[in-house]
Amino acid sequence: MVYVARRLLHLVPVLLGISFLVFLLVHLVPGDPVRIMLQDVGSPEQVARVREQLGLDRPIYVQYVTFVVRAAQGDFGRSIHTRRPVAQEIRYRMPFTIRMAVAATLVAVALGIVLGAIAAMHHQSALDYGTMVIALAGVSLPSFWFGLVLILIFSLHLRWLPPTGADSALHLILPAITLGSGAAAIIARLTRSSMLEVLRQDYVRTARAKGVPERRMVYRHALKNAMIPVISIVGLQFASLLGGAVIVETVFGWPGIGRLAVDAIFNRDIPVIQAVVLVAAIIFVLVNLLVDLLYGWLDPRIRYT
Amino acid sequence: MASASSPATSAAGTVDETRSAGRSHWAIGFARLRRNTGAVAGACVVLCFVLASALAPWITDDDPVQVQFEQRFAAPSWRHPLGTDSFGRDLLSRVLYGGGLSLSVGLIAIAISDVIGIPLGLVSGYRGGRFDNVVMRIVDLWLAFPGLLLAIAIVAILGPGLQNVMIAIGIGGVPGLVRLVRGQVLSVRALEFVDAARVTGGGDAHIIRTHVFPNVLAPIVVLTTLRLAGAILSGVGLSFLGLGAQPPAPEWGAIVAEGRSYLREAWWVSTLPGVAIFLTVMGFNLLGDGLRDAFDPRLR
Repeated sequence: MVYVARRLLHLVPVLLGISFLVFLLVHLVPGDPVRIMLQDVGSPEQVARVREQLGLDRPIYVQYVTFVVRAAQGDFGRSIHTRRPVAQEIRYRMPFTIRMAVAATLVAVALGIVLGAIAAMHHQSALDYGTMVIALAGVSLPSFWFGLVLILIFSLHLRWLPPTGADSALHLILPAITLGSGAAAIIARLTRSSMLEVLRQDYVRTARAKGVPERRMVYRHALKNAMIPVISIVGLQFASLLGGAVIVETVFGWPGIGRLAVDAIFNRDIPVIQAVVLVAAIIFVLVNLLVDLLYGWLDPRIRYT
Repeated sequence: MASASSPATSAAGTVDETRSAGRSHWAIGFARLRRNTGAVAGACVVLCFVLASALAPWITDDDPVQVQFEQRFAAPSWRHPLGTDSFGRDLLSRVLYGGGLSLSVGLIAIAISDVIGIPLGLVSGYRGGRFDNVVMRIVDLWLAFPGLLLAIAIVAILGPGLQNVMIAIGIGGVPGLVRLVRGQVLSVRALEFVDAARVTGGGDAHIIRTHVFPNVLAPIVVLTTLRLAGAILSGVGLSFLGLGAQPPAPEWGAIVAEGRSYLREAWWVSTLPGVAIFLTVMGFNLLGDGLRDAFDPRLR
């Protein structure tokens, strides 16, 4: 409990720091941010109105406190482009991104653990080398290209799956595979090295000497213990999939927050960008915290170091 | 990058120590690297793409940006090995010229993060104390932003364009590098020869330059190769989104993006140039893995 409380307490300065950096985004824009947001076509009255709307006419510390207080209440202001509340847009889009990231994580975990375990069980065989070459190819794939190749094969040629849209579970398959492939490769490599490490341990040797069948030993003993470091990387991968989702959402016309961010950049819609970056960073930090806590629960040695 | 060892490099540690006695760390490392098939293959692929991009004007006569509507969407043939795009431009020529752009985005981005990250990591690790504390808190905060999203936020501030993409990826790579360099410096700082240098009156800057830096160079080189693969991928990704190279520049990500709308009629426009990205990144990853196993197996 003390460990959990301490970790939660550490979260406060991190969240404040994140909010400060995100707040600074608007002030780091070279030139007058309001003119840039209005793409130099606004009248002086419009410029003044937007400046007031964003609170940019007030002292900077007042602006920051207002930003944090509002953000904590889920208020991110209004979009410069659509004039709609940004929070409303995020609330609508977020579930799409989460759905895709969860599906991609499932693909990555299933594929990564199976490939990694196969490679470790057949250490230094052709199967091991082949699997690891596939894993290396996985981390080298540009996701936007891989997505287009999948659309070409499974949607346009075989007509098995829809190419774009987000209407049904079928629409989720290709984006999840595209987004999950890189993470699958990283998980496969870690599972392999972690299992090789465990297979060298004394208790595995003892089990083997006692005549425990190889297959049972791998599944009952080795895989379970080898999963501890893998869990931490799964959490990290889930969080970074949120960043990768930007590209995959664009390829598959998926209406998530990644696509929202890209559109906002073209419209120089800074409040929307601030909100997306802030929400993604908070999710990233919270998922990492959750993984750390889970890790401490699985391996109590970690809590005491 | 990935954290496990590559099986193709299992021979890495077998260099006979007695035979290698008296040889430098670098010589032993290169001997190991040469025996690593994967790394050699990776280096060859990278070299091929670098040479092909550099020699593009001599390899192809076709202009990468000249519009020729009469040969629009020509399928791959002897005349146009990768076909042509919606403007009738030869795709082989665009891929060859584009290689220069995409590779330089990765290289310059990495150079930017090296110029900021290496000195910061060196000083932070060597000096310790309050300076180190402040730097590490900033680094932690920086790392709280998921990779590509930080780059996107920076492009959002600076505006779309290839130069801004390089800066964004470069800045995004700084915190990871600072952390790595600092960690390496911490282990070197405690060694006797650094103490000896200090006792004999060496100044901090001198000790960092002549004693600490050469001893942390190997992991930096390894990580740079692996980061190059990531930087190239981020660069082409941002250009694919339209945030990097602008038309008609023949950048790899932009070429794939242009072909997206014609996937049904002209599959080659998006798919074939993408192979170049995949092979180059795979080459850098193979080479990086090999370098890691040869020079710094601790990074596995």
